[in-house]
Amino acid sequence: MKNTIEFNDSNFDKEVIESDIPVLVDFWAEWCGPCKIIGPVVEEIAGEYSGKVKVGKVDVDHNPNTAMKFGIRSIPSLLVFDRGSVAEQVVGAVPKKNITDVLDRVLNSK
Amino acid sequence: MISKVIIIGSGPAGLTAALYAGRANLNPIVFEGDQPGGQLTITTDVENYPGFPEGVLGPELMDLFRKQAVRFGAECYFKYVSKVEIHEKPFKVWVGDKQYETDTIIISTGASARLLGLESENKLMGHGVSTCATCDGFFYKEKHVIIVGGGDSAMEEAIFLTKFAKRVSVIHRRDELRASKIMQERVFNNPKIDIVWNAVMVDIEGTQVDGVKAVILRDTLSLETRKFACDGVFLAIGHNPNTSVFRGMLEMDKQGYIIIKNGSTKTSVEGVFAAGDVADHVYRQAITAAGSGCMAAIDVEHYLQS
Repeated sequence: MKNTIEFNDSNFDKEVIESDIPVLVDFWAEWCGPCKIIGPVVEEIAGEYSGKVKVGKVDVDHNPNTAMKFGIRSIPSLLVFDRGSVAEQVVGAVPKKNITDVLDRVLNSK
Repeated sequence: MISKVIIIGSGPAGLTAALYAGRANLNPIVFEGDQPGGQLTITTDVENYPGFPEGVLGPELMDLFRKQAVRFGAECYFKYVSKVEIHEKPFKVWVGDKQYETDTIIISTGASARLLGLESENKLMGHGVSTCATCDGFFYKEKHVIIVGGGDSAMEEAIFLTKFAKRVSVIHRRDELRASKIMQERVFNNPKIDIVWNAVMVDIEGTQVDGVKAVILRDTLSLETRKFACDGVFLAIGHNPNTSVFRGMLEMDKQGYIIIKNGSTKTSVEGVFAAGDVADHVYRQAITAAGSGCMAAIDVEHYLQS
């Protein structure tokens, strides 16, 4: 089962910026090798953090405005949004623990 | 439980070793590291891997390698080995806090893009500085980017970047390129590419929010520095072997490549083998890495039998 949500230029504000819980956003594209590595990891995290963190993906090919707005210049880029702004950012296909550490930090800061 | 073989790294060398070790019923464990599939996963078309007359995408090729290894019992984990102990048997391998024991190790950790070591480079990595044109070129549509380097990979990336950028400047520290003739010609004939000769990049100006604005170049002859405006920096200045975990435990050359015994994959420690780019700064091809991965698995088999 798919645990991640598709974010796009039109639903981004509603789903991410206005979210009550932190949101992990994976900026990716079909042609990006490292994105394919991180994809399943993000999916796993979505399952494990269900209810605590909303997890979704932005395809930069089809949603250039959102990518540009947050200054994405490298993918995969993982941004953690908390109360409408970027709390943390991870660039590149990093091991799962790097991502969960960042999420735990945001969750524990509450 | 003591494994028969642990393979560290998952490029063509590691996964071919896993395939052969799997078929030899050695139940190999592969720790894939932080870039499963290795360097080929950040390339596009691979046109020189035999058996694919039309070429194959790098990430796809590595996916096939992995499937084939898994089919014969290899267990692959997207995990990073942080420490090893190889002065006594069984060898110990740490992944985070978890410790594994094994009779043999195949090191196939490959090489990673070399950086210049500038503070600004580190700060702006992923925010205007990149070591992967195929990943990040997309974000520089109609921009002016620079590529630092003078070898074949630098030329390849420069040409790739012209698909997006309006201008690509190659920054090179000498007055001639190291790249092959055919690549040089392609670059010289590309109207979007210009070359800045005898120049080294000594600093990068920009912020994580706004990206790169300019770089500071130093002329290697006059030693004068000047500001050079650009929107992105791509680095292609060679590779460093990923051997820091093994430093001081195995014989290495000055650059940190593992030294192997002629005609084999044996390192200076019995039972530890090395394959692929981590022990090869000369050929550095997918096919040579795969070949040496196969050799390493066979060397492991012989070692375990003796």
